Amino acid sequence: MATTADHFEAHHEDHAHHDADHKPGFFARWFMSTNHKDIGTLYLIFAIIAGIVGGAISGIMRMELAEPGIQYLQFWAQFMGGSADFDTALHMWNVFITAHGLIMVFFMVMPAMIGGFGNWFVPLMIGAPDMAFPRMNNISFWLTVAGFCSLMFSLFVPGGTGPGAGTGWTVYAPLSTTGSQGPAVDFAIFALHLAGAGSILGATNFITTIFNMRAPGMTLHKMPLFVWSVLVTAFLLLLALPVLAAAITMLITDRNFGTTFFDPAGGGDPILYQHLFWFFGHPEVYIMILPGFGMISQIVSTFSRKPVFGYLGMAYAMVAIGVVGFVVWAHHMYTVGLDVNTKMYFTAATMVIAVPTGVKIFSWIATMWGGSIEFKSPMVWAIGMIFLFTVGGVTGVYLANGGIDDVVHDTYFVVAHFHYVLSMGAVFSLFAGFYYWFPKMSGKMHSELLAHLHFWGFFIGVNVIFFPQHFLGLQGMPRRYPDYADAYAYWNEISSIGYEIMAGSMIFFFANLVYAFVAGKKAPANYWGEGATTLEWTLSSPPPYHQFSELPVIEDHHTSDDHISKAHPA
Amino acid sequence: MHIFIGQPLEASAIPAYRAGATGPSQGRVLPRTRDSRSVAGPERDTTRKSAKTMKILGSLHGFHRIVASLTMAAMLAFGAQGAMAQDATETTAAQQTEEVAAADVAQASSEDVGPGADAYTPMKPTEGKGMPIAKAIDVQQQFSPIGHQANALHIGLVWIMVIISLFVLALFVWVILKYNKRSNPVPSKTSHNTLIEVIWTVVPALILLGIAVPSIGLLSAQYKSPPKDAITIKAIGYQWYWGYSYPDNGEFEVVSNMLSKEEADAVGEPHQLAVDNRMVVPAGVPIRLQTTAADVIHSFAVPSLWFKLDAVPGRLNEKMLFIDEPGVYYGQCSELCGARHGYMPIAIEALPMDQYNAWVLAQGGTIAGAEEEEAAAEPAAAPLQQPESAEPGAPGAGAAPVAPTA
Repeated sequence: MATTADHFEAHHEDHAHHDADHKPGFFARWFMSTNHKDIGTLYLIFAIIAGIVGGAISGIMRMELAEPGIQYLQFWAQFMGGSADFDTALHMWNVFITAHGLIMVFFMVMPAMIGGFGNWFVPLMIGAPDMAFPRMNNISFWLTVAGFCSLMFSLFVPGGTGPGAGTGWTVYAPLSTTGSQGPAVDFAIFALHLAGAGSILGATNFITTIFNMRAPGMTLHKMPLFVWSVLVTAFLLLLALPVLAAAITMLITDRNFGTTFFDPAGGGDPILYQHLFWFFGHPEVYIMILPGFGMISQIVSTFSRKPVFGYLGMAYAMVAIGVVGFVVWAHHMYTVGLDVNTKMYFTAATMVIAVPTGVKIFSWIATMWGGSIEFKSPMVWAIGMIFLFTVGGVTGVYLANGGIDDVVHDTYFVVAHFHYVLSMGAVFSLFAGFYYWFPKMSGKMHSELLAHLHFWGFFIGVNVIFFPQHFLGLQGMPRRYPDYADAYAYWNEISSIGYEIMAGSMIFFFANLVYAFVAGKKAPANYWGEGATTLEWTLSSPPPYHQFSELPVIEDHHTSDDHISKAHPA
Repeated sequence: MHIFIGQPLEASAIPAYRAGATGPSQGRVLPRTRDSRSVAGPERDTTRKSAKTMKILGSLHGFHRIVASLTMAAMLAFGAQGAMAQDATETTAAQQTEEVAAADVAQASSEDVGPGADAYTPMKPTEGKGMPIAKAIDVQQQFSPIGHQANALHIGLVWIMVIISLFVLALFVWVILKYNKRSNPVPSKTSHNTLIEVIWTVVPALILLGIAVPSIGLLSAQYKSPPKDAITIKAIGYQWYWGYSYPDNGEFEVVSNMLSKEEADAVGEPHQLAVDNRMVVPAGVPIRLQTTAADVIHSFAVPSLWFKLDAVPGRLNEKMLFIDEPGVYYGQCSELCGARHGYMPIAIEALPMDQYNAWVLAQGGTIAGAEEEEAAAEPAAAPLQQPESAEPGAPGAGAAPVAPTA
């Protein structure tokens, strides 16, 4: 944000062709990588693969829910190696909802946001040659892959009523302890351990990098907002994930070593697990959305050709969201039997989060206000994200009310709410960021037409999927149900039609990838023009294998709100 | 398409229930329902389709079935496992016939010996009352004081949500029309305006304060304790059915299982919601409802009463429930509790006090204050409501958690 770098444009021209592009051989480059851009690429490829798996699972779910009755679950139970009986089929449903949640949270959104775009662009944006701990960066990635393998493996081993872990992504005890025999739940928990360890290492790496490796002159208050967002996210990861690790370790010992942390028969309490899980779980939702906020800020500023409105307010709104995000966890537990004062506190605290979030929404609009907006593909995704996130945000305020929550808790209303903020907030930001930076990463321009088609299909599709789910939830349809009363059939069918629209639009995405690599034009250094002012645009597309061997210097006379370069290199 | 995808697979929906089955479900009998329901699937499907008026939707209707069948055809092509699925269909078909026959016998016999048939006939539910309504977009109609109070706040909140969303949308439309590259080629450089920043921090905070006041009021109303003499009813969640115990009425327990599609249709109740034995409560008086669970966490939820309380093993949660008027109010388990999470609905039947007392007596219970000695004499002798199990004597489907005295 706060940087301009026209004056050091000359540098990379000098060094880009000397030692900067010396790359190791294939195996060493991709399997023993210490290069932040390569690791970022690996994370993105991994996230796309995990996204395909998680998205396919949601397809199975919407297929089953398209009409009342159980139509397909027996097939999938047998396909996964289970028996044909009805209980196994229903268990498969729980396995699917669990796998969908865990994959999308831990193996799609987080790796793409933090591992992918964070790795790629945090060093570039702060003018650093690489991450602070390149080898640790590598192990972070491979731990995530190992976690994914452990989760996939869990699908094929016994988990109680059938193969796989059917506990929900929240893994509540005692369903996850005495309620699920067999190794599947252990493997699913171990997957979280591995992915969590990878994320903690990644978080320390980002914090160290951002605090120590900024280019001369780049103060914290001149950092681009995407870097701010990753910094806040890294702190959330560092503070939240150890709590999850502790909680699920206790699950493991309850399951295997006879402890009774969560078993009332031995003096434990199942609600303790929920407190621990949501102390992690609520910051986790901000972990998933904050880097998206950062990307949206970059994109809105770029395509409005205006600096971000209220830079400091934007940065500290993210800090505020991060801090308050740690003291609202029990709003996920309104119905467990909290006492009245606790419920009142969590109601009030949860609503407070709407204030900094509102600041962000209005600041984005104010950034566009008075701008000269170009509706390139990243910008349409960004606008879509801001509006849909607003819709998800207001339903969040609705749900924050502990008394109101009694009727919508654990219904499809909640499903609609968190898909509006994640499946539209986080995923729209991911696609916005992807189209924004794809040519920078690959050196090839994508097709704007296909990207726009993708946007419209996806936009219509997800709204058709998730808006009717508000109605289902208000009418009382509980979540995690494979079958329902006839009264819920109408909106469920529409929701399933929406899935097909959404899935259809993904064809444009993949076609665009193919197009870019086969026939895409070569991308110049700054293909978005004068609105794009952060340091990555001063480098070639793709950037040299090692960049900034001579550090860029951020000029002093630029303040956070005056950073548009006068004569920008095209 | 339909034939290919629907028939063989739906036939395989029949549970191949074997005595040697492993896992926590061992020994539990399916509440006989689901299997037969999926057999009836295609037929119901057709009627539902014909009722559809929206032309466009109608043409799209079959589309996901086509997608589904293509997907599954592809999966079948992948390996032999798919073929096994087809084989399993044929073997289970025979079993199904036997099981259905057995269920018929069981039902007939239980009807013969069922106690309480003299005094109590289950109330017919009123269409659209206490149950979800097709195509509805709002909360269910409320039948409790808390429900009315919460519904008022709900309506206010919905309006706030709609207005804020439309306001943001309007800002976007304005910005898109006014400040696009063509209309406004030279961007401004404004990046600060303290006044507007203060406004958009303070105004939302005030709106939230305006929400918080009635919201906190609703919370304190919900936590009002029931009066000392309120009738206590304890809902116990089991995998996967509910038990309702009446400690103030002689400690008898009613076991409540879901009815199958056919049974629900036969008694004119919505399937997935209808149960064999309802939780009968008095209307118009405060009830002390306690929830707990025997195995994993369940949640006792009734949308039309604005009521949801988790049933947690090792804990006894308590909340006051007040139902305005007699009627049948349906709900469903609302905390993931294993395979049959979606198959343990809740049905509350609220009766006037005298009819409630009659029902209690018919269950072999006692009326508080009336026959103290009698009740104290032999609580164990209270006959349990006869389970309507598919397999008599099997635990799980409608069987009592304690051995009935017969």
